[in-house]
Amino acid sequence: MTTLSIILVLALLLVVFGLLFRLQILTSIFSGSSKRDVGVSNRVNAILFLVFLIVGGAWFAWSFVENFDKMNPPIASVHGLATDKMFWGSMTILGVAFVLTQVLLFWYSYRYQHNDNRRAFFFPHNNKIEIIWTLIPAIVMAALVFAGWKEWTRITGPAPKDAVVLEIMGKQFNWMVRYPGRDQKLGMVNYRLIDATNEFGFDLSDQNGIDDFTAGEIHVPKGHPVLLRIRSRDVLHSVYMPHFRVQMYAVPGMPTKFWFTPTKTTDEMRAQTGNPAFNYELACNQICGRGHFAMKMNIIVDEPDDYVAWFAKQESFSSQNPEVLASFKQKSNKLVEQAPVAPEAAAVATTPTAAKASL
Amino acid sequence: MAANFPMQEQVQGGIGATEPGHDHAHHDEHHEQSFLQKYVFSTDHKMIAKQFLITGIFWAIVGGTLSSLFRLQLGWPEATLEWLKPFLGKWIEAGKLNPEFYLALVTMHGTIMVFFVLTAGLSGTFSNFLIPLQIGARDMASGFMNMLSYWFFFVSSVIMFASLFIETGPAAAGWTIYPPLSALPQAIPGSGAGQTLWLVSLALFIVSQLLGGVNYITTVINLRTQGMSMSKLPLTIWAFFLTAVLGLLSFPVLFSAALLLIFDRSFGTSFFLSDIYIAGQALPNTGGSPILFQHLFWFLGHPEVYIVILPAMGMVSEILATNSRKPIFGYRAMIGSLLGISLLSFVVWAHHMFVTGMNPFLGSVFMFLTLIIAVPSAVKVFNWLATIWRGNLRFTTAMLFSIGFVSLFIAGGLTGIVLGNAALDIQLHNTYFVVAHFHLVMGSSAFFGLWAGVYHWFPKMFGRMMDEKLGYLHFWLTFIGVYLVFLPMHYVGIAGFPRRYYAWTGFDTFSQFADLNKFISVAAIVAFLGQFIFIFNFFWSIWRGRRATENPWNSNTLEWTTPVVPGHGNWPGDIPAVHRWPYDYSKPGAEQDFIPQTVPFSQTQSSNLPYEKEME
Repeated sequence: MTTLSIILVLALLLVVFGLLFRLQILTSIFSGSSKRDVGVSNRVNAILFLVFLIVGGAWFAWSFVENFDKMNPPIASVHGLATDKMFWGSMTILGVAFVLTQVLLFWYSYRYQHNDNRRAFFFPHNNKIEIIWTLIPAIVMAALVFAGWKEWTRITGPAPKDAVVLEIMGKQFNWMVRYPGRDQKLGMVNYRLIDATNEFGFDLSDQNGIDDFTAGEIHVPKGHPVLLRIRSRDVLHSVYMPHFRVQMYAVPGMPTKFWFTPTKTTDEMRAQTGNPAFNYELACNQICGRGHFAMKMNIIVDEPDDYVAWFAKQESFSSQNPEVLASFKQKSNKLVEQAPVAPEAAAVATTPTAAKASL
Repeated sequence: MAANFPMQEQVQGGIGATEPGHDHAHHDEHHEQSFLQKYVFSTDHKMIAKQFLITGIFWAIVGGTLSSLFRLQLGWPEATLEWLKPFLGKWIEAGKLNPEFYLALVTMHGTIMVFFVLTAGLSGTFSNFLIPLQIGARDMASGFMNMLSYWFFFVSSVIMFASLFIETGPAAAGWTIYPPLSALPQAIPGSGAGQTLWLVSLALFIVSQLLGGVNYITTVINLRTQGMSMSKLPLTIWAFFLTAVLGLLSFPVLFSAALLLIFDRSFGTSFFLSDIYIAGQALPNTGGSPILFQHLFWFLGHPEVYIVILPAMGMVSEILATNSRKPIFGYRAMIGSLLGISLLSFVVWAHHMFVTGMNPFLGSVFMFLTLIIAVPSAVKVFNWLATIWRGNLRFTTAMLFSIGFVSLFIAGGLTGIVLGNAALDIQLHNTYFVVAHFHLVMGSSAFFGLWAGVYHWFPKMFGRMMDEKLGYLHFWLTFIGVYLVFLPMHYVGIAGFPRRYYAWTGFDTFSQFADLNKFISVAAIVAFLGQFIFIFNFFWSIWRGRRATENPWNSNTLEWTTPVVPGHGNWPGDIPAVHRWPYDYSKPGAEQDFIPQTVPFSQTQSSNLPYEKEME
């Protein structure tokens, strides 16, 4: 029914439109206006430009103010405060340029509309003006680049040594997280070891991996640098945490990283936003297939003490999945048995590369 | 047609110079061309231009329809789309759009608009139409290659169009077709046959571009009429020339990327694939790099946005000057900035990749280079403003679209300065801020340039005028529509909404703009429907429009010295010689407010400037 009425309305509109068009042509032929070079419509268009400038400008200003609060996701990281300041700083400079040029464009369009009694001003070039308006944007750009470059170098510089490390792995269509456990070292992984149980591809012949644990959500401590080690096991994904102003691609075959320092706990943010259900969210921001739009994980920022407590409660992957660990033990034992005469070989076999080679 | 016939005979004499022994006493043998020769396998640059234009219009309708479909989904994520079932068939599942088909819509919209409309439709049309006419040549350097260029494009179009209808759906990995998603049918069904057709189509498209580009460059360099030095060329020609150079240097790199991707997909190589576990299976590929593909892709992809925008800039410069009755301000600075933009466009590609894991130092370098390119762009804007300043503005439809172009180019260009800043791109990368930015600066602007060009040169193409009133309606509807769509889209982007999302309802972070998205969708669909005014006006005017005169806009450039409908060979007699630059509008002391390029200084002694006195 709706479809039918929509089609009917469209058809009627078309008819009305067609009739108006015929009428307009006939009247213009009759009045002879179609012959005139510059007619009333020139003036109408000039006025419309002015109206567009004023009404459009007002609408833009109103809608911007109206939506301003909604368009600023609350910031919860140290570098996010700096980049947001820079963003709105740049936007202010650009806003001035925007308003200035648009006002001139539409004002000139109105002001210099055709007039039979006037002749345009023959003004082909002026080197001085051109040099000035080449230099001004160049200087402004230089300032913006310099500020951006300093911030970019700081953000992408090496993470502090005491940073909390965790690994985020993207897969179609969810995120998986791994923590290094008590030894603070992430163990080896190998994509060929991935199966339904061992979704990360843990290579448990690497001792560093024995105490690694996985989690259903990301916990990080407030006020402490956090280093994300990022990888993907199938297609490209992008780790995007809008509240922390964090983004980095997850690339199969090429581990990436990003570090940041959270500044507000989830509870603090819940109080600040007045939304008791608030959660920091991790979204995928690189097209990855059917479930791209639903690839989400929550991030909990804890007080450092709570974080330590949470960390201590976690059970390692190997203890949760003893059979996986056992199968690795078996394999490495086999390797030792095969080469009993060469003690060096046995020593080598416990190193991750050799264990991997045996697979 | 009979009216054109005697003219063609005369023309043949002129062309005969390249066919010795062919230009005498053959007049009676020159029959009217068959339908096939004239309209289908034509080697006439003007007909080929019209072929590109009409194919481009067809593609624009397809591309716009796809965008209306996904805007429906984004505006009303909860609504049932069952009523689209007769049209989309199995892609509507229980009243919902299939999410994979949604991605296919986005992918094909981008591919079609960027390549088939704004590259082939825009520079294919106007480079072909205007280069010979404005430099004073009978035709392109090679009419046959020119014809091939169109037909490669046509075959490429047929393949791309066919891919919309295959069972597994068209390519769906985004128009940037980043592997591994685009390489693995296990990852998304669109990466099966759909992606194969996409790659084959694009390969043919590149062949078409190269054939066209070589021709444009050769023609501009070699076939300029007497007196037409490079410093007397209209800015349109400079723009088309540099566009062709960009295409010639960058499209082959896309070809190599596509070829390597074909190898990865079909022959088991690992250029872009490594360490992948998908669909319960670890793939054997190791050592490849998906980032390598991005470097190759954007090495074309970035110059590509300038391939799209430069022709529009050139045409807008020309139209603004003509209708302001004023010389373009800073002709040499305009050429200089075109050259600067062209050169820099090759060294900014990795600003699309700041957060891909690329070395941050490289990010710094590309940030510097990217922000430099803002300078020549700013110079162009200032020069356009100075051109209309104290002009005597005639608001033809083309003029309206040119002013609209400048407005949109400013609005979209400025946000590029934010996105080119790597530190800010961390948050904004792949959000709707990017979508809003490039739709304004290269999407809408280039479209405005295209419309300006069509309205302006329509009389020379078809010998009739387009209806002005409908043109005004089309302009205002589109201009307002574009701003209503893309200004609010920045807000959505600043809030961090990711692009290529089927729905944002799964995230609390992205829950606040449901109304605004609805608003954007309504504006987009209305603006799209408004384009049918243009299409009606275009086709109506071809057959029923008011008859045009030779030079309806009182313009200076050479194409307006041809007959109302130029025949094969463009000028019935000798090709006119050129004496002056194309922007002598409202010159003090001159009788009229324009002096065509063909008028020698000896005839304009009252208006000659001191340094021109010597040339009298």
